[in-house]
Amino acid sequence: MQYALLKKDHLNDFISKLAQEQKVVAPVSRGFGQFSFEEVADASRIILKHIPTILPPKKYFMPQEETLLEYNLSEGQSMEAVVECQKMVLFGVHTCDLAGIQCLNIAFSERPKDFNYLIRKNKIAIVGLECNDYCDEYASCSLMDNHFPNGGYDLFFTDLGDFFIVHVNTQLGDELIEKTKVFERADKSHMDTLAKMREKKRGIFKNEVDIDHQELEPLFKKSQNSKVWDELNKRCVACANCTNVCPSCYCFDVTDELQLDLKHGKRYRRWDSCQNEGFAKVSGGESFREKRGERQKHRYYRKFLYPMAKFARFFCTGCGRCSRTCMAKINLKETIRSLITEKA
Amino acid sequence: MKKIAIRDSEYEPKKSRILRTKRMTATEKLFEIALPGGKSLDHEPGQFVEVSVFGVGEAPISVSSSPTKRGSFELCIRKVGRVTEALHRLEAGDDVGIRGPFGKGFSVRILEGNDLLFVAGGLGIVPLRSLINYVIDNRRDFGTVNILLGCKTPKDMLFNEEVDEWNKRLDVKLNCTVDKADPAWKGNVGLITSLIPGINLDPDRTFGVVVGPPIMYRFVIKELLAKKIPERQILVSLERHMKCGLGKCGHCQIENLYCCQDGPVFTYDKIKNLKGAL
Repeated sequence: MQYALLKKDHLNDFISKLAQEQKVVAPVSRGFGQFSFEEVADASRIILKHIPTILPPKKYFMPQEETLLEYNLSEGQSMEAVVECQKMVLFGVHTCDLAGIQCLNIAFSERPKDFNYLIRKNKIAIVGLECNDYCDEYASCSLMDNHFPNGGYDLFFTDLGDFFIVHVNTQLGDELIEKTKVFERADKSHMDTLAKMREKKRGIFKNEVDIDHQELEPLFKKSQNSKVWDELNKRCVACANCTNVCPSCYCFDVTDELQLDLKHGKRYRRWDSCQNEGFAKVSGGESFREKRGERQKHRYYRKFLYPMAKFARFFCTGCGRCSRTCMAKINLKETIRSLITEKA
Repeated sequence: MKKIAIRDSEYEPKKSRILRTKRMTATEKLFEIALPGGKSLDHEPGQFVEVSVFGVGEAPISVSSSPTKRGSFELCIRKVGRVTEALHRLEAGDDVGIRGPFGKGFSVRILEGNDLLFVAGGLGIVPLRSLINYVIDNRRDFGTVNILLGCKTPKDMLFNEEVDEWNKRLDVKLNCTVDKADPAWKGNVGLITSLIPGINLDPDRTFGVVVGPPIMYRFVIKELLAKKIPERQILVSLERHMKCGLGKCGHCQIENLYCCQDGPVFTYDKIKNLKGAL
């Protein structure tokens, strides 16, 4: 365990020094109270207090579109498997999104391994940023136990007014500190301030839904035939916003694209969604999750039930993005509340 | 963005050669394919491969030949979408990309020594042929063999000559039925389920192996259960869109199971309570 201190005045030096060497992405404002991770050259556009970005940092780990294979049909169909990747520093990742990255790591490192993901992931340095208070009313990070840092970062920043306390978690994190030379030692008084903030935080963050973390899995287990899914069936418009913005959704489609010379081509994958009508359709025409309610249920079960059996972990991080973005105002916390009420 | 070449990517197909093709019906064509260097596919009956036509795409296709046939393997492909239409345009000498084999097939080690009742509806004969020929090639390792085949009309029958050969064998019992006969048809007419009650079997040592269109399973399984075949001795192969074959892309998922990795072959007891499996 090692802590460093960064005076707020020096944040700009930290970011701009890093940005001279490699790509740095951080949360910036997009207006309308929305934020997104974008490339920055210094700290001027970085917004430290932000609600979860429109898209989670997933977009750097699993790009919306990525080439898997390149081929040339003129040379006897020669082909090469490729991975698109780039060294970068990802700054300002909230604890909910750190949990999301861990979910993706687990899914893609399960055999058969996905080297496209695994190679890219290790090119990215992660700098976390603590939430001292709730971002907004959609979050359920306390219910999902993701409101305190649980690892998964190289450096972790906690904003304590005039300075950040920085947890140096890895060698790579230490290298960022050594390289930029803007950090100081954290002494006991700083650590006390951090402890005090964390203590205060414990009073702020409460289970957002009246259910114990451990009871979520059994709740979903017995909700297979719940009327709540019929209710969602009436409301969901199958726009797939919820899965696109989800930090742990990773379903994809694979497509070939030939250039106009009809020789060079690529095979790429791009984000897909179990909410799309054709997602589970087979060539014979049968669709195995025809109703929107079934597809919504599938989404919830992929967060709260199936990964528990497989990975002993919830794939919901509590970031609240699905609820924030839903055009039909389907709200994750309300869905869980409805299930609780129904089973009570 | 920078691209780096990677080795051992699960997404990289092996460039394979079509050795032979045979038109089987108006919509089905048989392909014999060899992997580079004549390497064996080393599949288990019931497994599938991902077949690539570069520039068009990739499709999951079940292997139709028995693993006892070495050096090359066969795929029987129905022309139904973009990739399969492109495949139908290919002939001997052309190349295709192959990934796999993928998934869990019919475990021949569990079937060994037992009586077998095969039920194939429509295209179900394609993956089942792999197992049937495996059993025939190792005939003394299995008990009685009953084969029930069904399809819409006699014109849709696949592997006719081979089915005739099976029929001639003294160690195989075979029954065919069609939904709608033509004047030349001498076999049964009616649904495949109607053939099951008449079969004499010992349920304790019989494995029912069922492959057919999604609609068929419920009715056939009901008949097999009526014959007192235990649930774990009923094997089915489920059709889903297995896009990546690696248990990642999500298209083939049945509740918590990935059809491409956990299946496509399942025992009935494992899936009977999964909503949307059958």
